[in-house]
Amino acid sequence: MGCVSSNTAYAEISVNSKRKYAFMRTNKLTPWLYILPAVSVLFFFLVYPSLNTIYISFFNHNSEEFIGFKNFLFCFTNQVMQNSFRNNALWVAIFVPACVFLGLIIAVIVDRVKYESTIKSIIFMPMAISFVGAGVIWKFVFAYRPAADAQTGILNALRSFFHYKPLPWLIMKPWINNFCLIMVGVWIWTGFCMVILSANYKGIPREILEAARVDGANEFRIFWKIILPLMKPTIAVVSTTMIINVLKVFDIVYVMTNGNFNTEVIANRMYKEMFLFRNFGRASAIAVILLVLIVPMIVINIQRFREQEIIR
Amino acid sequence: MKRKIIAKLSTLPINLFIIIVAFIWMLPSVGLLITSFRNSADVAASGWWTIFEHPFNFTAYTLKNYQEVVGRIGIGRAFLNTLYITIPSTVIPILIASFAAYAFAWMKFPGRRFFFILLVALLVIPLQMTMIPVLRIFNRLGLAGTLPGIWFAHAGYGLPLVIYLLFNFISGLPSELFDSSSIDGATPFQVFVRMVLPLSLPALASVTIFQFLWVWNDLLVALVYLGGTPDVAPLTVRISALVGSYGQDWELLTAAAFVSMLLPLILFLGLQRYFVKGILAGSIKG
Repeated sequence: MGCVSSNTAYAEISVNSKRKYAFMRTNKLTPWLYILPAVSVLFFFLVYPSLNTIYISFFNHNSEEFIGFKNFLFCFTNQVMQNSFRNNALWVAIFVPACVFLGLIIAVIVDRVKYESTIKSIIFMPMAISFVGAGVIWKFVFAYRPAADAQTGILNALRSFFHYKPLPWLIMKPWINNFCLIMVGVWIWTGFCMVILSANYKGIPREILEAARVDGANEFRIFWKIILPLMKPTIAVVSTTMIINVLKVFDIVYVMTNGNFNTEVIANRMYKEMFLFRNFGRASAIAVILLVLIVPMIVINIQRFREQEIIR
Repeated sequence: MKRKIIAKLSTLPINLFIIIVAFIWMLPSVGLLITSFRNSADVAASGWWTIFEHPFNFTAYTLKNYQEVVGRIGIGRAFLNTLYITIPSTVIPILIASFAAYAFAWMKFPGRRFFFILLVALLVIPLQMTMIPVLRIFNRLGLAGTLPGIWFAHAGYGLPLVIYLLFNFISGLPSELFDSSSIDGATPFQVFVRMVLPLSLPALASVTIFQFLWVWNDLLVALVYLGGTPDVAPLTVRISALVGSYGQDWELLTAAAFVSMLLPLILFLGLQRYFVKGILAGSIKG
């Protein structure tokens, strides 16, 4: 399971910058026949709609009247939208470090035990199931009933066991419930971070670590002074990938709270503007904001990857 | 001897830590699985962990929840819908993408560089950027709420990444393959079918698993283009609706959720190597 290159997703970006070998001989029409289906599907589902979304974000709810930047103004002044931005920021601030930190610790420690692959499978398993499934699993963990009844959610059962009052976790706004949702995200994505970081860790030459041990460095010092600096580029790529994921977080929130009790996020807001309020102008503006937030992350990621390639 | 014991002892905290973490990670899913096999009266009266007091009391377990969920609640129908959605939504983009990836890797044509850079740029577009215009076109063409509509939507959303990954693999095949075969008089199509596709099987396996799971587990695309009508809604849409309407009937919700996880878990356990590669490769998908 550990045999995965840490950068599969960002493999060579530049197409034939220095191509050393020849192309196949074909007639002029053939290449177009091969790419035409792909290009037309891409144009229809991605290129045209994206441009159109930018265009209609400057129009009113049914795209009939030009209203300039009003939709964007709404996004930045509306109370619920501001809450969504805050919650997405909260996700970035807690979810990303938690996943990367846990993933890193587990990757380094699990390397020392014989049953490594079993543990990795257990941690990675949540990546296989849907966020909806994960939402059901965790809603059950957070289940709440009045103190007089038997608690069937494991968290409140634990609290009762130690004679604390059961808590309605998912409606305790704004911190506890957001924190609970973020925990679900961490449960899902830590395995992903772990697998990438583990592959990177196994790439560090063992002689370096052995040499440090012979020189009398303890394990913590080795971790801080050798392992961490060597893994820094990969940690950075994983972190930015996680930020991209978290900016688009939708399913978990939709299933568990639907954004109620102050847990709204940008992507769920866009869905509501689109289907509940039928305001296509505002929904488009939210989508454009989402894009603007994500693009810098991707640019950073690609640059980092290129630097890494040069060093190697 | 003494040193061995000390070495063993020093690994004890590590082993303990790992086992505790793995235990915590598994606990919620174990709770789900156990609850889905319990009687509804038991589920309402006590926590799932209480079965460990009498683990061999088999009268406590039942398949009734699954019967109920698959039949009356319509999860069986939703399972089939998910299959009908997922299989074409996986086959179509991979078929289209392998042709395109082959052309990008080994054929020369004007605009090749431009189209490829466009492709990389499209990798970053969040789905939200495309939904309203596509939905409007679907409404006009009568494709909203139909299976072909969502097939092509998933194909479109999956294409940039699938082409990109297959390109990376196919362009790495040895160039002699392409020289010698063109000397033998094979057409590009023959080279594609007889050599490129068979040699690309590992890459094809990874992208297939990734695309399959992505579609299988998708909620947003199905919500937008299919809506909640029972005769087309997939598992994710049905289950998220159940969470609202059957919020306290945990034996039913857990059974439904487990039905939706069955196939992904089988794939995960059976094809782990390709699975992990596929997931990692697909992690940046919009």
